Amino acid sequence: MSTLPAHDSHDAHGHDHDHPWYLAHHWENPKQQFEAGKLGMWLFLATEVLLFGGLFCAYSVWRGNHPELFKYGSQFLETKWGAINTCVLILSSLTMAWGVTCAQKGQRTGLIVCLILTLMGAAGFMVIKYIEYSHKFHEGYFPGLKFYDTPPEHSSYWGTHDAHGSSDGHSLGAGTETSHAVGTAPAVEATHAAAAPTEPVAATAPAADPTMPVVELPQFAQAKIGPAGLSSNAELVEKPFELTERHHAALLPPLKDPNRPLNAHKFFDIYFMMTGLHGIHVLVGMIVITWLLIGAIKGKFSADYFTPVDLGGLYWHIVDLIWIFLFPLFYLI
Amino acid sequence: MTTLDLSKPLVIPGDNYLTHTRGIMSWALTLDHKRIGVMYMVMVLTSFLFGGLAALAVRTELLTPGKTMFEQDAYNQMFTLHGAIMVFLVIIPSVPAALGNFVLPIMLGAKDVAFPRLNLMSFYLWVVGAIFFVGSLFAGGLDTGWTFYTPYSTDTASAMGGVIPALTGVFILGFSSIFTGLNFIVTIHRLRPPGMTWFKMPLFLWALYATAVIQVMATPVLGITVALVAFERAFGIGIFDPKLGGDPVLYQHFFWFYSHPAVYIMILPGMGIISELISVHSHKHIFGYRFIAFSSIAIAGFGFLVWGHHLFTSGQSALINVVFSAITFSVSIPSAIKVFNWLATMYKGSISLNTPMLYAISFMFIFSIGGLTGLHLGTLATDIHLHDTYFVVAHFHYVMMGSALIAMIGGLHHWWPKMTGKMYNENLGRIGCTLVFIGFNVTFFTQFMLGSKGGTRRSWDYLPEFQTYHVISTIGSYILAMGFFLTAGYLIHSMFKGKKAPANPWGGRSLEWQCSSPPPHDNFSVAPRVGDCYDFRYVEWSEAEQGYVVRRDLDPDTNPALAQQKGGHH
Repeated sequence: MSTLPAHDSHDAHGHDHDHPWYLAHHWENPKQQFEAGKLGMWLFLATEVLLFGGLFCAYSVWRGNHPELFKYGSQFLETKWGAINTCVLILSSLTMAWGVTCAQKGQRTGLIVCLILTLMGAAGFMVIKYIEYSHKFHEGYFPGLKFYDTPPEHSSYWGTHDAHGSSDGHSLGAGTETSHAVGTAPAVEATHAAAAPTEPVAATAPAADPTMPVVELPQFAQAKIGPAGLSSNAELVEKPFELTERHHAALLPPLKDPNRPLNAHKFFDIYFMMTGLHGIHVLVGMIVITWLLIGAIKGKFSADYFTPVDLGGLYWHIVDLIWIFLFPLFYLI
Repeated sequence: MTTLDLSKPLVIPGDNYLTHTRGIMSWALTLDHKRIGVMYMVMVLTSFLFGGLAALAVRTELLTPGKTMFEQDAYNQMFTLHGAIMVFLVIIPSVPAALGNFVLPIMLGAKDVAFPRLNLMSFYLWVVGAIFFVGSLFAGGLDTGWTFYTPYSTDTASAMGGVIPALTGVFILGFSSIFTGLNFIVTIHRLRPPGMTWFKMPLFLWALYATAVIQVMATPVLGITVALVAFERAFGIGIFDPKLGGDPVLYQHFFWFYSHPAVYIMILPGMGIISELISVHSHKHIFGYRFIAFSSIAIAGFGFLVWGHHLFTSGQSALINVVFSAITFSVSIPSAIKVFNWLATMYKGSISLNTPMLYAISFMFIFSIGGLTGLHLGTLATDIHLHDTYFVVAHFHYVMMGSALIAMIGGLHHWWPKMTGKMYNENLGRIGCTLVFIGFNVTFFTQFMLGSKGGTRRSWDYLPEFQTYHVISTIGSYILAMGFFLTAGYLIHSMFKGKKAPANPWGGRSLEWQCSSPPPHDNFSVAPRVGDCYDFRYVEWSEAEQGYVVRRDLDPDTNPALAQQKGGHH
């Protein structure tokens, strides 16, 4: 941004031109320009944290309201791939930091090698993400209601679940119904209560998998009178509720898995949204690193001027850091 | 740092940013903050015209109960368009992006903002966001209200089809706003001139700084929220949809976590403008400089902690309601500090009732009413009664339109000679301001009465007993429109036929008044040493210039030789 010479014609103004090529016309000296760039980058990173912060907040609320979805969904993620990806990203952060040091010392070859290694790490991460995503899509685990479009007949997971049959079963299905009804604010209790009659879930659930974790559901009573003085409207609650087409699928009985909780797709929503947004950031990082690499090969950076490498490095570390949070939240807990 | 050489002129004479380079591309690809500011201003005022026409359509429809001009759907679209355009395309960018871009670097004596390319990118992001907004009209229209409340907005069966394009537009506009804020923070940190410590900055810069902090901290959350709504609508992810186990109130929390601070993105820079206007046109040192500066920061801080007052009737816990209500009341402290300090500044000042000053006084009157009626809405008991009535509509128009936009128009008149190099017709300016002031109060004060009697907002139909209020309010809106059309008329006329503006028509002391009108491409040839920008002792009227001049040579702050001499005598 500020790092390249402005192409506007300032030359007519006769201010001195003994400053280096990388110093834009509105700065006094390179130090001032570097510090401004760094402050700008830190602010940008703060906005990134807040951008993801919204999703982390959504994750917390969602997990608090529907713990069973997370217990259920996370078993389909491959911890092995997630762990490998974590290592890959941490290593790429190391090579990036090393590259910044090389740039500061003016070691051009070291910088090029480090940037290539970092780029390889980023590419490796994306390849593994691609393997994970395509596996999920193949199994029919899509975000949103498309989740219900594909009967997961061909899924290997479903096969193993079929092998175990048990009779003590639909605790999870019935429990989900409870949590569904008490989930949120009284202002929406009418719709909640109306959505609750989901007997098909319980009735048709033949068996549960004993290997599945037992999910403990929040058991709190529904408020009779809302905090702002809104009493629960009996008429509204009793009014029959008409489902639109898009909601039918989510309330259908589980296809083959008796343990599948209501709205199981929601786990995959938050998973794909958070890792997807992170993946977009990795792709942007790859573009930035490639751009830095071209600059390094052209010999643009020196011990006097390494601002872009420094700032690109900062960005790459935040991308890494966000993944460090995503990995345990989805794969481990 | 550059040392001061009084023999060297601050400004290269003859050059001017408007004629520095020529051709449409020299504007479209410019990195000059002044040109980018002017382009923003043109776009913002164009959007203001469309938003205003939508408002007139809404007011006209409400002349009679039931149908006057439109059916319900068209009415819903009109008020949504009015709200969305005015908030996202007009008020939020009006002061920071348009006026701020123009004035901020000159006030700092800098050649440009810290990141000129990022600045140009912000502008184009704004344009792309605006195109998406227009696109939402062609994608089936938009009738959710500017707040996009779920579950209505995510219900594909009921809400109109333009929701996703509009949300995309908001997402992009948000990033435009973030980058502008980021640019301003870095500029203020790193490009202040010699002698300008934090507490010697013009108060407009303090206000822009506080605004920029909110823009950077709050807008990303709005970005991710609108993205979630778009995904919800497109794929049925179920985060806000109660039928899928989601929580629509979560949306309200997310939305207002941004949009309440956004209220301060709109009003804070307006307050900054008023601090400048009051002091310059009263020709008197600003009263309580530090209090005004810190109150901007305090408002920005409190702004993040009060979002829950939009959810008093949405089923929050009683405890949270009380907490949010209490914090909401505390916002009135820094706001009142500002108003009292402005009043104290005017006291015994030598007040020139120029058009900008008339707008500043209008602001103080309207903002006081807007702020005080906010207390009614922040009080839990009265809010239950006033919630979703015209009282709320009147309150936020007093603050958003009557304060933020009037401050912007006042600032536009204040810096118009600087931006265009031309003077407008002062008498027409005063008439325009009077029309706006009367029209505004007739329109919206009536709505306070209508709302307190129970007239519900956003309704297409209403009880016949409310008709008198609606008719008066609509007549007021026509007066308001006349005022704005008159203003647009004489401003445009002045660009072609106006008298040439002197460098300092009002007697201002901050750096932009020491720069020629219009400023040269690089603003200042050297980074100028600054003194106290509210000290008017060294500002003199010059017959030759037909304007004021700042006697830098007489002020010890700007003339080091004088300071040494003075030091020697002691």
